[in-house]
Amino acid sequence: MMSPLASVPLFHIGPVPVTEAVVATWGIMAVLVAGAALLTRRLKLDASATQTAFELIVETVDSQIRDTMDAEPGPYRGFIGTLFVFIFVANWTTLIPGVEPPTAHLETDAALALLVFVAIIWFGVRASGIGGYLATFATPSLVMVPLNLVESVTRTFSLLVRLFGNVMSGVFVIGIVLSLAGLLVPIPLMALDLLTGAVQAYIFAILAMVFIAAGTGGTKPKERKSQ
Amino acid sequence: MNWLAFCSIISAAIAVSFGAIGPALAEGRAVAAAMDAIARQPEAASTISRTLFVGLAMIETMAIYCLVIALLLLFANPLLK
Repeated sequence: MMSPLASVPLFHIGPVPVTEAVVATWGIMAVLVAGAALLTRRLKLDASATQTAFELIVETVDSQIRDTMDAEPGPYRGFIGTLFVFIFVANWTTLIPGVEPPTAHLETDAALALLVFVAIIWFGVRASGIGGYLATFATPSLVMVPLNLVESVTRTFSLLVRLFGNVMSGVFVIGIVLSLAGLLVPIPLMALDLLTGAVQAYIFAILAMVFIAAGTGGTKPKERKSQ
Repeated sequence: MNWLAFCSIISAAIAVSFGAIGPALAEGRAVAAAMDAIARQPEAASTISRTLFVGLAMIETMAIYCLVIALLLLFANPLLK
């Protein structure tokens, strides 16, 4: 059986090997960018049915950001929304026969986790300056600085391992069942895999929000507006 | 098959099976507590379930770590090269 940690290069561009996961990622990116460009080309105030459906997605992302981060979604919508949509679509590419989700490979997840790691620093510095961001490492007391420094690396690593482990184990289990029993038997497992994929995309986005909010110091309790 | 490969396979199985016990119990407790809270306070269901999902993801990571260790032992074992 092929190792789930290995990735086979499909072809080479010069000295750079291009793997199946990279091609799948490019495909997903192309579809998402083309879809977004096509949908936002004719935006009207008096929205059509399609536009309303997609506005609903944006509204949901906005309200999740507002609830989780206690902040206005404006600066975070692009990053968090793209993360969620990309991971969601990537996990559901199992529906296309012959395509393995790129998130089932370590490299894609490492890239996504690295993006979150950089975004935490970026949003933290933008919200409160370099000094203010560094001060968040000493938040409860100065004794916590080494622990907080270690945590900022380990939580990135755990983001990576969580997404990789969940998606890869789904693909792996389906592969094993498929090699044991033929038709129809793996279908319930595939349905479960779709559910796991959606939940993992949601969790990745939520955790990215929580970490960014911790970096910007935005988790302080705010006074609730009375409805 | 040499004894190193034998030990690797056995320890991979042990890692996954024993590593799944703790997270399974913990997830059960977390879901039970969340259901209790939702039954008491149905209006807070959305906040509770969001926190539950994040917490479950954290707990589940422990089991995933065991899985990754098992896969490293089986597929990327540096001692078997």
